[in-house]
Amino acid sequence: MTKEPVAVVGIGQTKHTAARRDVSIAGLVREAAVRALEDAQLTWPDIDAVVIGKAPDFFEGVMMPELYLADALGAVGKPMLRVHTAGSVGGSTALVAAGLVAARVHRTVLTLAFEKQSESNAMWGLSLPIPFQQPLLAGAGGFFAPHVRAYMRRTGAPSGVGALVAYKDRRNALRNPYAHLHEHDLTLDQVRSSPMLWDPIRYSETCPSSDGACAMVLTDRAGADRAPYPPAWMHGGAMRSEPTLFAGKDFVSPRAGRDCAADVYRQAGITDPRREIDAVEMYVPFSWYEPMWLENLGFADEGEGWKLTESGVTELGGDLPVNPSGGVLSTNPIGASGMLRFAEAALQVRGRAGEHQVDGARKALGHAYGGGSQFFSMWVVADTPPAG
Amino acid sequence: MREVAIVAFGQSDHRRDTAETSEVEMVMPVLHQVLDATGLRAGEIDFTCSGSCDYLAGRAFSFTMTLDGVGAWPPIAESHVEMDGAWALYEAWTRLLTGEAETALVYSYGKSSPGDLREVLTRQLDPYYVAPLWPDSVALAALQAQALLDEGDTDQRALAGVAVRSRTAAEDNPHAQLAGSPPPEALLDEPYLVRPLRRHDCPPVGDGAAAVVLAAGDTARRLCRRPAWIRGMDHRTEAHGLGVRDLTRSPSTRLAAERAGAFEAPVDLAELHAPFTSQELILRRALRLGEDVRVNPSGGALAANPMMAAGLIRLGEAAAAIHRGAADRALAHATSGPCLQQNLVAVLEGDAS
Repeated sequence: MTKEPVAVVGIGQTKHTAARRDVSIAGLVREAAVRALEDAQLTWPDIDAVVIGKAPDFFEGVMMPELYLADALGAVGKPMLRVHTAGSVGGSTALVAAGLVAARVHRTVLTLAFEKQSESNAMWGLSLPIPFQQPLLAGAGGFFAPHVRAYMRRTGAPSGVGALVAYKDRRNALRNPYAHLHEHDLTLDQVRSSPMLWDPIRYSETCPSSDGACAMVLTDRAGADRAPYPPAWMHGGAMRSEPTLFAGKDFVSPRAGRDCAADVYRQAGITDPRREIDAVEMYVPFSWYEPMWLENLGFADEGEGWKLTESGVTELGGDLPVNPSGGVLSTNPIGASGMLRFAEAALQVRGRAGEHQVDGARKALGHAYGGGSQFFSMWVVADTPPAG
Repeated sequence: MREVAIVAFGQSDHRRDTAETSEVEMVMPVLHQVLDATGLRAGEIDFTCSGSCDYLAGRAFSFTMTLDGVGAWPPIAESHVEMDGAWALYEAWTRLLTGEAETALVYSYGKSSPGDLREVLTRQLDPYYVAPLWPDSVALAALQAQALLDEGDTDQRALAGVAVRSRTAAEDNPHAQLAGSPPPEALLDEPYLVRPLRRHDCPPVGDGAAAVVLAAGDTARRLCRRPAWIRGMDHRTEAHGLGVRDLTRSPSTRLAAERAGAFEAPVDLAELHAPFTSQELILRRALRLGEDVRVNPSGGALAANPMMAAGLIRLGEAAAAIHRGAADRALAHATSGPCLQQNLVAVLEGDAS
């Protein structure tokens, strides 16, 4: 059975910021959705279904908010699905939406992910009252810092690599008008001397807390033919999950991530991702995850990822630009962060990434992860339709 | 459209309080029920999808714990909806339709016992204009029931009749939380809970879990003697604001049923997710169900209403009736949100025997 090819024809996002006090949750998501529709030159009646994702409901204090958001997203009388797969949710949501088109259940689907962290407090949302188990220790940074330390020990990476990632991503963000952090005067020395939060992760090497939303319009071949701007074509997409904790789990390079990447490359016919992929938007909430994911995703051999970062390969002008948008380190509306990676990858191959466009990008990877490095979702998009 | 069927269904015993078991302990036996029924191991399933709600568990990322019960190692292709498991089944169904998977495991669960469900569900409402007033789920259902009674086509005696029929039917359902009922006359002597609803008009609050296995084509025939083929499935939502809806009608159910092909031929059984007696009457009208259709022989949500699982159980009960030859063409319905805001309809058929 052949699947319907899936095209991204509309992308919209909000200006991400610490607190969007000027809009409600409904206003926030609608802003991104309307921009995606405008990009696709479509209107609400053109949308057959809505697939929405976000991280835990406690982050806003609204239970199953998609019910309340049905009106704002033009979903009345339409199917509406709500996905929740931890930090990978933005990517998973896009994949569920793509599946509806691929299965020919619907022709044109609006998919959207958001977080309005200012409505609540994510730190408390993750801090559970007794008697419940508290899996994330002192916030996400406290959970991930030991895994960064393990990576450094395992690979012998010099301690300054993390700061290079943070400095690069924050500089890239200056070219992205939607990015939350625009630190015009930031210097590498300031990153290196910023306060130590969770050793070895410093303040400037962590993601911010953002309000923001991202939306995409996905459609079939006929829909792509009518699109006003070049579409991005999906060449592969996959999700993989593994348990949070178990004896033998490799937190530095989880197998679920490797398996997920292998599945996506197989679908996309990619055998040498380092050469064949022109731009990467990966989920890097703490700086060191760039070299770690470079290895996990097959862009570098085990123990070699930090060398790509250190030698400038992942810079905007390098030959494998990573997070040209500024990434999660510059913008983190948690539930939307994964979809932003997917959308930014699509913007690159559509040639619509503006100031942070990678010259000649034809094939790009969008990557998201979540939970205790256990949920992964990825897609590969390209500027031409998949073969067949 | 690719042939996809429900080939196995399992559920827990639904109980008011299961403080002695965690969610994962509640889910695991149910997963094993459906895996054993098909002879599949977790690692042989191509896609897994679950439905649950953090607000019931009282913690963020609650579904990560039950994933341990699945045994996701080596890593599995897996997804989760913050919705009733009926919608997890829908997502899994679309995955099978693409041809990317031959089999899928779907499960869902909810424990309402740790909190006050009526208060918890108020957090589902518009957070700026409605939730601050804390209108609880029974009060909102009472508004809907009153609107229906005001229409004049039914009365409280008819509502009691729904409760009696459902709970009498549940006497044959070993998993039901409530079974058996006094006659309608006795029920109508009871005080109101929230006027015009009495306790018998409302679902029991409780804990429970359910799971199904989906399979495509010949795989389904191999795993199940009489697969319950999904001939159509669709879901629709309505506006959230109660003031802009006609609460006596369910246009989203009607539309979903049309899209699912429910009206193309008569059904002989319907499993409706109607937590309140008045909602069954609204759904019957939306679905054009005649008196000849058996409705909720399982007892329905009035006999057991585990949040996030009760909708999936409707699909499972309808499929199980087909598996055992007790139905040939069945309709299953699931709902979510206040006053039937969001509705899913599936049409299941067995091969001619």
